[in-house]
Amino acid sequence: MFGLSIEQVLFIVKGAGWTLILAGMGFVGGAIVGLPLALARARGGRFLRLATAAYVQLMQGIPLPVLMFIVYFGISITGFDLPALVAAGLAMTAYSSAYLGEIWKGCIQAVPKTQWEAAECLALSPAQRAAYVILPQAARIAIAPTVGFLVQIVKNSSYAVVIGFFELTYSSRVVNNSTFKPFVVFSIAAVLYFAMCYPLSSLSYWLEKRMSRTGKK
Amino acid sequence: MEEIVRFEGLKKSYGDVQILNGVSFSVHAGEVVALIGRSGSGKSTALRCVNGLESVSGGALHVCGRAMHKGDINLAELRKEVGIVFQSYNLFPHLTVEENVMLAPRKVKKLHKGEAHDLAAHVLQQVGMSDRATYYPEQLSGGQQQRVAIARSLAMEPRLMLFDEVTSALDPELTGEVLKVIEGLAEDGMTMLLVTHEMAFAREVADQVVFMHKGLVWENGAPQMLDAPKTPELKQFVGTGF
Repeated sequence: MFGLSIEQVLFIVKGAGWTLILAGMGFVGGAIVGLPLALARARGGRFLRLATAAYVQLMQGIPLPVLMFIVYFGISITGFDLPALVAAGLAMTAYSSAYLGEIWKGCIQAVPKTQWEAAECLALSPAQRAAYVILPQAARIAIAPTVGFLVQIVKNSSYAVVIGFFELTYSSRVVNNSTFKPFVVFSIAAVLYFAMCYPLSSLSYWLEKRMSRTGKK
Repeated sequence: MEEIVRFEGLKKSYGDVQILNGVSFSVHAGEVVALIGRSGSGKSTALRCVNGLESVSGGALHVCGRAMHKGDINLAELRKEVGIVFQSYNLFPHLTVEENVMLAPRKVKKLHKGEAHDLAAHVLQQVGMSDRATYYPEQLSGGQQQRVAIARSLAMEPRLMLFDEVTSALDPELTGEVLKVIEGLAEDGMTMLLVTHEMAFAREVADQVVFMHKGLVWENGAPQMLDAPKTPELKQFVGTGF
């Protein structure tokens, strides 16, 4: 196919599989850290708000490849030999948690303050107010921008190439090194990235349109 | 008669701005008290102090045997006994009418689903909303939403109900249906403190009217005082209708 063997094309596709796995790790890790982060940013006390704001600023101010290097080499200095998958997963978690935290903070703040007040006046505990009243409403608002951000996670997982993690960009580079057909090889990679991202961005667009049509609900 | 609420020279300020300058009056068990006065007279602030939405700056306030001014009371416990209904209804939009009503009894009072269901059916019937149990708030009119908000408060079986201008966002027709529900509660002997602009309603339903002006109780007494105001301020207030 365009001067590549089937094996070489399949090798590139195999990288795409690992891209999906890494993106999945980044999203799940980012969500686990990002949700408490969003709650702390939106409703926490002064100290908690400052500490979490500092974390977000720091993570958003460091380029993702540098973050990958720091996690990968930083931890190996302490004597642990970290597999590239774990290092990349941790770096992606740090990166996406900072952004998801900010996105979700906005969604929590978009729920009117009077909803907190009404829940408080029904004697619900702070955790119950969040779980049963605020977060279900914030989640509705969050769906579209969150799916939109998944596109960024998929694309930015390509930075894991810098620490030698085997994903789509890495597998393409390996095939290119042996075939010297960069245009063909990276075009295939581009098509594969697009094939992963396009459904996500159109889903996000569709969700956003549906949300605005039915108003708040 | 047992005192449910006692204001004793209650003061409230935000920074340098004094909102309440020493408010004193009482609400007894089974009594309906209407708080009236111009915007900015402090009546809503006084009401919000009663269930701890606003802290007290000075003086004393006793609610259901608790000293609110001491600041170490358990607000969650207090709110099981004191319900409040707001001007903007504040129903939870992602829950149905019935779920709105059942949420606090289920989560706070730990009622079983069946018990909560029976309770919801009972209070929804009280406000005439039994046939809308499965609707979402946005499918209801303002008056209907407000009646559900009242039912949601009733479901906690409070000793005292607070109403903060609950008809101010409604047109006259819808106002009537909400006031009828409140009248029904009064007949059942519910203790209520209402901030209201509905003078006719205050005359008819209230046992005591408290006219507030400049953060003070300017005049209070039986509703007949509205027909013979002692102070020029109340005279003017009644005269203008507001």
